[in-house]
Amino acid sequence: MALDRWIALAFIALCCVYGYAAFFTMDDSLPPILRRNPIWPSTFPKMLTIAGIVVGMIVLFSPKPAADADKAKADGVIDLSRLGDYHVGQALALIGLMVAYAFALRPVGFLSSTVLFLVLGAVILGERKLHILIPVAGIAAGSIWYLVQEVLGIFLRPWPTFLV
Amino acid sequence: MIEGLLIGLAAAVTPFNLMMVVFGCVIGTLIGMLPGLGPMSIIAIMIPVAIGLGDPTAALILLSGVYYGAIFGGSTSSILLNAPGVAGTVATSFDGYPMARKGQAGKALTIAAIASFAGGTIGAILLMIFAPALSTVALLFHSAEYFALMVVGLSAIAAFAGTGQVGKALMMTILGLMMGTVGEGALSNMPRFTFGIMELQSGFSFITLAMAMFALPEALFLVMNPARAAQGEGGKITGLRISRSEAKAIAPVIGRQSLQGFFIGVLPGAGATIASFLGYAVERNIAKGKEQEEFGKGSIKGLAAPETANNAACTGSFVPLLTLGIPGSGTTAILLGALIALNVTPGPRLMTDEPDVFWAVIISMYIGNLVLLILNLPLIPYIAKILTIPRTFLIPFILFFTLMGSYIGQNNSTELLILVGFGVVATLLRFADYPLAPLLIGFILGTMLEDNFARAMQLYQGVGFILERPMTLALLVLAALLVLLPSYRARRARKRAEGVADGD
Repeated sequence: MALDRWIALAFIALCCVYGYAAFFTMDDSLPPILRRNPIWPSTFPKMLTIAGIVVGMIVLFSPKPAADADKAKADGVIDLSRLGDYHVGQALALIGLMVAYAFALRPVGFLSSTVLFLVLGAVILGERKLHILIPVAGIAAGSIWYLVQEVLGIFLRPWPTFLV
Repeated sequence: MIEGLLIGLAAAVTPFNLMMVVFGCVIGTLIGMLPGLGPMSIIAIMIPVAIGLGDPTAALILLSGVYYGAIFGGSTSSILLNAPGVAGTVATSFDGYPMARKGQAGKALTIAAIASFAGGTIGAILLMIFAPALSTVALLFHSAEYFALMVVGLSAIAAFAGTGQVGKALMMTILGLMMGTVGEGALSNMPRFTFGIMELQSGFSFITLAMAMFALPEALFLVMNPARAAQGEGGKITGLRISRSEAKAIAPVIGRQSLQGFFIGVLPGAGATIASFLGYAVERNIAKGKEQEEFGKGSIKGLAAPETANNAACTGSFVPLLTLGIPGSGTTAILLGALIALNVTPGPRLMTDEPDVFWAVIISMYIGNLVLLILNLPLIPYIAKILTIPRTFLIPFILFFTLMGSYIGQNNSTELLILVGFGVVATLLRFADYPLAPLLIGFILGTMLEDNFARAMQLYQGVGFILERPMTLALLVLAALLVLLPSYRARRARKRAEGVADGD
């Protein structure tokens, strides 16, 4: 089964969970006065559930368009059947790095975590010129911090918690 | 109209706003040149800055400057490196890159700048003429019609964005609508689908979703497939000037494509990409003999046509946004989100309630186009140098800006995890050829759609409004046709093809 059909299947499963919440859990907490309304908070989600399951089924069971098979793959388009040829590892490492950044941002502070993020990101991609990389990352992090904190007035803790 | 123009001039032409136009154009051009960051992602990145300004006029002026700059910047990388960063500039690379290879990169960039300028300016004039007419019609609309109109908009977007895969596009639209219902609904202030998670109480953040849908998957694609960002030899940039005969050759092309591009841009969902491809195709068919053969090998007409059309279409896409509140493309959807965050609700009342905002946008389009031309012509030789930044530096920066954009909006690190999670899902969806713009548009229009539906239901005590208001019924029928017709035709074509194969 092709990836797009798996996604359609997952979408139908999502619709079922969503629909269960809409049909069986939402109406109980509705105050009696609102029950006289022609529209309840669950009405629209219920409609979406039905529409979603119908459309999901159509995508799941409709035959693959013929044009798709002989459509020439343009340059730079990812061909899933050769996934091994691509730098999937680098992409996964960068996703992991972003998650780490999300957890580090508060405790480690903006400036230190951003410099680390930029440097490690470039290193993952194969950059080795650290003498250029570190100053560039530092300047970028510093100027963004200045823009956000001083110009826009949004608080960003610059240094690790134990220093402040 | 003259009065409106004067209001707009008064609002837009302040030193601060002029500075914003210049700033927006420069930022847009610089970031737009980086492959992978289209107008959509750049505007999404700039939204926190624009909202931080607090003044809707200044914010809109800044964002339209960014928008125009980004489109021009995208053409630059298409021409110099054959690396179109945006779908709308793919057609530009058909003839622009061969020109650059022949050593005419300077001329190609100049033609692109002039064609963009003409397309944008003529588009702005058409917008000025047609938008008020469209908006007087729009004043007849009530909540029932609004609901129906949004259904039309969503189905048109699904029908056009899918390019033959209406089912997939519809699925994404419904997914977007579902995501829009997460959080407290306007109807009853009852938290819905939050599953007890505090951070979901106010729903998903629009900026996070925009970043996750567009910027993040593109960056991941660049990582996985370096060929996508492959840096060709830009060649020397010489000979900026175009001759008199060349100017004569491209003038009619620019005229035709400005009109055509604008009206395609007005259609919700069509947008700059379709306009540019269609413009290229039309001009190729019109051209005669030898000129037609030139297309694809470095024809100046083949370069001018998509460049004019995509800029005119961008301007055209402002018509439904400003007059009906319906974004016609992913970019205008992001702009709509920004406007709502600034407490301006685009729609038929915008022209009467906040004429200064409306007219300032139109004026800022003229100024934006002019500033872009003045800035870019002398800068062309230097602009190209930025593209030589190695991707090992480029990609971490793109990712960092994506993360920052979503963090600044909410000041909450959970938002970053949501961003990464959605980004991974969006990448998978792109692998499977699902269009992502319908999802975002569905998410943005979802709340409005539900509110108007609820209002109409309450006024008419049920779904009776569909039959009682003929316009609502007509619009809903139109929506159904938009969705069903392409699949019906595809089905008939398939049946016919099968018949031929059977020897029928």
